[in-house]
Amino acid sequence: MLKAENLFVTFHPGTPIENPVLRGLSLTIPTGQFVSVIGSNGAGKSTFLNAIAGDIMLDRGTVSIDGEDVTHQPAHRRAARVARVFQDPMAGTCEALTIEENMALALSRGQPRDLRFALNDERRDLFREKLAILGLGLESRLTDRIGLLSGGQRQAVSLLMAALQPSRILLLDEHTAALDPKTAAFVLELTARIVQENHLTAMMVTHSMRQALDYGTRTVMLHRGQVVLDVQGEERDQMDVPDLLHMFERTRNETLDEDALLLG
Amino acid sequence: MTLYAFMGAMEIGLIFGLVALGVLISFRVLNFPDLTVDGSFPLGGAVAATFIAHGSNPFLATAAAFLAGGVAGFITGWFNVRLKIMDLLAGILLMTALYSINLRIMGKPNMPLITEPTVFTLALPPILLDSPSGLGKPLLLAAIVLVIKLLLDAFFATRIGLAMRATGANPRMARAQGVATGWLIMAGLALSNALVALAGALFAQSQGGADISMGIGTIVIGLAAVIIGENLLPSRRLIVTTLAVILGAVLYRFFITLALSFDALGLQSQDLNFVTAALVSIVLVLPLIKRRLLPKKASGG
Ligand SMILES: Nc1ncnc2c1ncn2[C@@H]1O[C@H](COP(=O)(O)OP(=O)(O)OP(=O)(O)O)[C@@H](O)[C@H]1O
Ligand SMILES: [Mg+2]
Repeated sequence: MLKAENLFVTFHPGTPIENPVLRGLSLTIPTGQFVSVIGSNGAGKSTFLNAIAGDIMLDRGTVSIDGEDVTHQPAHRRAARVARVFQDPMAGTCEALTIEENMALALSRGQPRDLRFALNDERRDLFREKLAILGLGLESRLTDRIGLLSGGQRQAVSLLMAALQPSRILLLDEHTAALDPKTAAFVLELTARIVQENHLTAMMVTHSMRQALDYGTRTVMLHRGQVVLDVQGEERDQMDVPDLLHMFERTRNETLDEDALLLG
Repeated sequence: MTLYAFMGAMEIGLIFGLVALGVLISFRVLNFPDLTVDGSFPLGGAVAATFIAHGSNPFLATAAAFLAGGVAGFITGWFNVRLKIMDLLAGILLMTALYSINLRIMGKPNMPLITEPTVFTLALPPILLDSPSGLGKPLLLAAIVLVIKLLLDAFFATRIGLAMRATGANPRMARAQGVATGWLIMAGLALSNALVALAGALFAQSQGGADISMGIGTIVIGLAAVIIGENLLPSRRLIVTTLAVILGAVLYRFFITLALSFDALGLQSQDLNFVTAALVSIVLVLPLIKRRLLPKKASGG
């Protein structure tokens, strides 16, 4: 279970460019639930995921995983339980390292790192087997630098890397945005499968209303650092893309009106 | 160049190969511009010379120097990681502090080693040590440098070594994979400066003593070696680059010896730093010149 309570994050506090990004965001996700997250650019989606992973420290609020308060745990300690795929394909992999070295790094997530060799035949077989699932022909390119792959290929490998070690939470930040439609559809299916097989608590940020409704069992909309819409069950099943778009527009306009009021 | 001068250049070049490996770890692997080196090189010399002058075993003295360098590097890392002091500044602080510490260790500005035993006199049979060609020391040094290169290659292929490389290349990704990047920066800088101090210890033993000013310009020479090596043997593979920077250090030394030995140039040893700067500048702009001079490939490619 993932529980975020009353999260506040402000960038550049006390300066003219002060930017309050998370403003009292709360969300509880039971174990095994797959939540899709939508929201306009700059709504704070990536910041929210960063706060859960420990990449950004909170000004206020608490994050707990399976009942344990991890608010003050650094990212590398949370990594044993939190796996993620970054929005930026460059961010989630080490471009100077080879595909197999990147995967070896991920295979040691949450494990002690010692003086055993990072690569061996057994590990390479595992990587080849996993890469073959993608159907991108990457299984024959283990020793290529990952920087040679296209952004989409790197994202696909990032997803595999996130699933190499068991984790409790999977955070996906627009992980298919850089992929062509066919590969995107495939990677989404793979994502759903990984989440289900490992019984993961997952959050997937997307700008596609279609994906938001098709994947997972709950959809959350963030706006200006707060949850403004939270649907699941029957209510969600009956929703279609236009309904969601409509709601999306409405929250935006509402805040526009608010601004008009404030300014007027 | 006489054979003797050749061997002398080889000897110092190989010692600076260790400095180059240290600089490779900090500047390239960890992406950490560490200037501690100018202090940890004489630290190694001071510790080793003082230990030996007080009658301790040269191997023990050299190991102590290695450890002392490691501590210095670790503190630089700690300043940066825990106290959030900017990387360059952390190195400069340590370098500055080490100047005083080195004086304290030696108790005077220099510590000669003339009659005392050294790792060279202990490890080399007299026939090699005293041979007029001076073949012995370069041979022993080549063996030491080679072993260390291979050990480093092996280390960077281990799980923790790989994590160190990721720490330098993409710290955010490394943390997301559970790598304690702060610790690895400190450990990496410790390793880097331990190697540099080892070089200082060997330098003091091969050149007849330690001197408080022996560290001046170490970082520039180390960087020169790394840059020359990388241009000589460009490769993305660390195994190749570790070899390249050692060759870079040796080549650098040959170039300097050659430049200084040309009477026609009228260069003297005080011009060394200028020659170094000129050499590094030339190597840095070489790729640009090459691109300008070579005919452009057919466009559209
Ligand atoms: N590390 C940072 N330092 C300063 N400002 C930041 C940082 N990260 C994000 N921001 C700012 O926080 C705001 C929210 O950014 P965030 O990346 O969370 O939005 P998002 O909802 O993920 O948007 P998108 O859909 O475009 O990815 C933006 O105004 C952004 O400029
Ligand atoms: Mg984002």
